Amino acid sequence: MLTIDNLHARVAGKDILKGLSLEVRPGEVHAIMGPNGAGKSTLGNVLSGREGYEVTEGSVLFEGRNLLELEPEERAAAGVFLAFQYPVEIPGVNNTYFLRAAFNAQRKARGEAELDSMQFLKLVREKLKVMQLSPELLNRAVNEGFSGGEKKRNEIFQMALLEPKLAILDETDSGLDIDALKQVAEGVNALRSPERSFIVVTHYQRLLDYIVPDFVHVLAGGRIVESGDRSLALKLEEHGYAWVAEHGEPAGASA
Amino acid sequence: MSQPARTPFVAALAGAPLPASGIAWLDEARRGNLEAFVAAGLPDTRVEAWKYTALRALAQRGFAAGDAQAASRPIDPALLALPGAGAPALVFVNGVFRQDLSLPDALPAGVSLQPLSGVLERDPEPLRFALARYYREAGDAFARLNAAFAGDGVVLRVEAGVRVAAPLRLVFVGAGAEGDLAWHVRNLVELGEDAELTLVEQHLGAGEQGHLGTQLGDFALHAGAKLHHAVLQQAGTGSSLFRRSHYRLDARAQAHLHALELGGALARHDLCAELVGDGAAFHTHGAFLPNGRQHMDTQLAIHHRAHDTVSSSTWRGVAGGRGRGVFRGAIVVAAGADGSDATLANKNLLLSPQAEIDTKPELEIYADEVKAAHGATVGQLDERALFYLRSRGIPGAQAHALLTAAFARVPFESLSHEALRNHVEQLLLAQLPG
Repeated sequence: MLTIDNLHARVAGKDILKGLSLEVRPGEVHAIMGPNGAGKSTLGNVLSGREGYEVTEGSVLFEGRNLLELEPEERAAAGVFLAFQYPVEIPGVNNTYFLRAAFNAQRKARGEAELDSMQFLKLVREKLKVMQLSPELLNRAVNEGFSGGEKKRNEIFQMALLEPKLAILDETDSGLDIDALKQVAEGVNALRSPERSFIVVTHYQRLLDYIVPDFVHVLAGGRIVESGDRSLALKLEEHGYAWVAEHGEPAGASA
Repeated sequence: MSQPARTPFVAALAGAPLPASGIAWLDEARRGNLEAFVAAGLPDTRVEAWKYTALRALAQRGFAAGDAQAASRPIDPALLALPGAGAPALVFVNGVFRQDLSLPDALPAGVSLQPLSGVLERDPEPLRFALARYYREAGDAFARLNAAFAGDGVVLRVEAGVRVAAPLRLVFVGAGAEGDLAWHVRNLVELGEDAELTLVEQHLGAGEQGHLGTQLGDFALHAGAKLHHAVLQQAGTGSSLFRRSHYRLDARAQAHLHALELGGALARHDLCAELVGDGAAFHTHGAFLPNGRQHMDTQLAIHHRAHDTVSSSTWRGVAGGRGRGVFRGAIVVAAGADGSDATLANKNLLLSPQAEIDTKPELEIYADEVKAAHGATVGQLDERALFYLRSRGIPGAQAHALLTAAFARVPFESLSHEALRNHVEQLLLAQLPG
């Protein structure tokens, strides 16, 4: 589904990703862990097409298409979704209006019929139940005045609605207490399917207690320096990222 | 003695016959104001109030005085429709009252609404104070023209204690004629003690025309009166429109103004409020959206002259193409106006590199114990918000339009009349690119 090969990317003249490779097959959940500054957020931003991220080398194929050539909205329509670490507040834009505009824009781009407001509202009600999100939030401006937990749940709610093929969760656990974390994880788990893949980017192992990954990768210095199963996350938890520096770097370098 | 050469603008109007009223004091005031206009001509940019609005191009054009055919110009009724806001109570075409287009619903008891032309024929004396005025400031050219030539307009009075729920709609149309002409309307609105009224004022264009329109409006609010005033300025794209509105608020009176500036090649609004009674409150909310080569200038001056007076002003400017926006927001708190509370915010958005907005908040405070805050910004759309929308699948152009409309919409969120608010929303979406 997603093949990242030797990806190099630069932000504001600074090399951040330095040869990252990753293969994600349908239905898989990949966790990407790493210390601050390793390039975790850069990966999500590059994959979703944010301006200011310059790819200097390597390739990204999504279902056989060159993802890097597509505009952000084309990537969304192709099925890529980024759950933001810091969801943006947009005063004056009604949340429901925004969701319907996004939903219909994607359908239109794929040549599917758009939903009218009644059909859309019905769909929204179904999806709301899954996320246990207050319907009142739909009448507010996008993310405006939302608590930290509400913003993150709103991201997952959008994901439930837009039904992407590949979801990238960028530090979705940051700033959440344990109850909010569980709610977010439940929302994600409800969306797991044999066709849908996830890249879960996180600093802490804690989230992976609730969203159990198939693979865990350690990102350091702009490359994946170690890959393994879930036990790798536990090892990291036990030893800290300093352990990667000592043990991971040579393994990554020789890979 | 050498006189400065008359510009074509002045020359065309200098010798025009004044409307014959048969009222000695009115004829005298008209002559006096025309003489003052001819002597001074149009202000140049050395006059502070006209610093950012140059009238050089206008001065080179000549406008015929009035429209003799105004009464018979065909107007498409669809132009006058405003869903949910009733039929227009009074309609003026090129400055002339049109009975055939005006459909006042049965006016509630205690409301008097008449065209100025009718009042001048029957009972002009009560208007003497307002209409016999001389305009003496350097920048008063258009007020002088209006005082000299305006023969029609709105005379509206709501008796004390009368509260009118349904909005009352006034429509001013500039209609295509054989050539470009100058038209003028003079409006006088008075709300008695504790009276309440919602007024919708529309400026529309019909057919190709490059007319000059002027409007002078006086709004007198007696103690405890409440005025909701919505102005939708959609004058014809080639026209020039100069409006001047003066609000006087007695004790506890409240005015809420919502103004949307969309039309005209050159549109200027001078808005002056005097809060003369304790506890008076004046709230303005507005947006101006110059596009193409449009020039829009809003000059706001709010004078706090009594205790515990309140004013707030929320204005947004969005300039696209080679559009130019000008905003001046002056708040003056007079000595002794203790307990006054004044806020003013003007945020602006530039959609193109050739667009320009000049904004100038001014605060003059001569009283103690005053709360005042003001601010003005000019910027571009938030890149983070744009990316957020696009990352959800909304195409770039649509994301731009959505965010721009959201920005311009903010002043109108406090517009309580739902049909009007929806209408404003539609106008904003239609005006913005995307």
